Amino acid sequence: MSILIDAWTIAWKDLSNELKTKQTIGMMVIFSSLVILVFSFAFDPTNNMVKAVIPGLVWLITIFSGILGLNRSFLSEHENDCLTGLRSAPIDPSSIYLGKVLANFIVVTVVQVISIPVLFILFDYRFLGAILWFMLIVIVGTFGFIIVGTFLAALAANAKNSEMLLPVLLLPLLSPLMIAAVQGTRIVLENQDISDAISWLQLMAAYDLLFLAACFFLFEFIMEGS
Amino acid sequence: MSKVSGIIDKLLFFTLVPSFFLALWLVFIWSPVERVMGAPQKIFYFHVGCAWVAFLAFIIVGYYSVRNLIKPNMNHHIAAGISAEIGVIFTTVTLLSGMIWGKSSWNTWWTWEPRLATTLILWFIYVAYLFVRKMEGSWENIARLSAVFGIIGCINVPIVFMAIRWWNTKLHPVVFGEGKDQSGGGIAPEMLLTLLFSIFTITVLYAFLMRKGIEIEKMRDTVRRAKNRAISRLAS
Repeated sequence: MSILIDAWTIAWKDLSNELKTKQTIGMMVIFSSLVILVFSFAFDPTNNMVKAVIPGLVWLITIFSGILGLNRSFLSEHENDCLTGLRSAPIDPSSIYLGKVLANFIVVTVVQVISIPVLFILFDYRFLGAILWFMLIVIVGTFGFIIVGTFLAALAANAKNSEMLLPVLLLPLLSPLMIAAVQGTRIVLENQDISDAISWLQLMAAYDLLFLAACFFLFEFIMEGS
Repeated sequence: MSKVSGIIDKLLFFTLVPSFFLALWLVFIWSPVERVMGAPQKIFYFHVGCAWVAFLAFIIVGYYSVRNLIKPNMNHHIAAGISAEIGVIFTTVTLLSGMIWGKSSWNTWWTWEPRLATTLILWFIYVAYLFVRKMEGSWENIARLSAVFGIIGCINVPIVFMAIRWWNTKLHPVVFGEGKDQSGGGIAPEMLLTLLFSIFTITVLYAFLMRKGIEIEKMRDTVRRAKNRAISRLAS
């Protein structure tokens, strides 16, 4: 129980820091809008093709903007050696991980709340699917993304070129989650049989649980030296 | 100790060379030409062998990663790295030979099919793993971080395979019967023997490369230490 309280303390530290500066969120929102803009050049938005690419775009903007935030989440702790402070605090190292996951998840969700409607508006997409299922898939998928992303951000933060290293490490590991998320989103948006989407949801949930457990236990080793 | 390992090296070498020629003879001369696909089907023997070694090498990376996390050990760290490096080579060979075969039998260089895509993602994970190992810092630190990544990568590979299998499964021939009547074709006994022999040969090749690689890496380490010692002596 105390792990969760400590985790919330750390998450709140990050979030209040973010509330004060609003730098990361602002950057992420702008960046995701720019990604949408660039994609509107790549795929003619008046075309019927839009319907086919929307499910993928939802996840592309999430991942691209999310990686920006993930990079910051541990690099910002390097200033004034804050990470050493966190590590020497009388808390379980795993609570640092959980706290970071929580903070990153909230930040990315806030960005999504802005950027996904922007995507729908700019691509003139009429949302006809089941909104609750859509939200569930987005939340489960984003959670899995943040679980692995936060872990690897902590790992990459040890390197000098961590901004470059993180995407290289993260994207191959995310591939199963992304397949499931895009397929699930497509099914929901096209108003197909929900039971197909549920099996993708199960795959995502299994991925989330498995990697949450693995990262939770392995995080200590990342924090040890550095 | 070094005598025993020398004998193992010799033994591997003298099994490897004749069995490689034997495998080539089996593949190109002895085994029958497949009726539908023709000569390009010969790629199959090397393709399957390399794919098997690619996945074997990754399992070994995972094994040494776990050992390394339990107790940091320079030898395990080196072994995991060498296994990953060999794995990259064999994964590349698998991908390339698969592409050539795919072009001749499916008339496409690439298709998003479970085994193909899993192998590609495996390749990316291998490369990412090697990037982690190239980080700066003390070897204990790198050993720990790369071991963590190796384990996470190992967990990921089966999930990737399942995900892509669900996503679309169409093209790959199911050679060894899934289902009662060996659906998907089955395989002639000569071909099976050739296949098993070439898998054996390539596995021996892997073991040989692994031992040589570890030796070279250890020598490098010794040289590095000697250099550091010499530099510190010169400086003082």
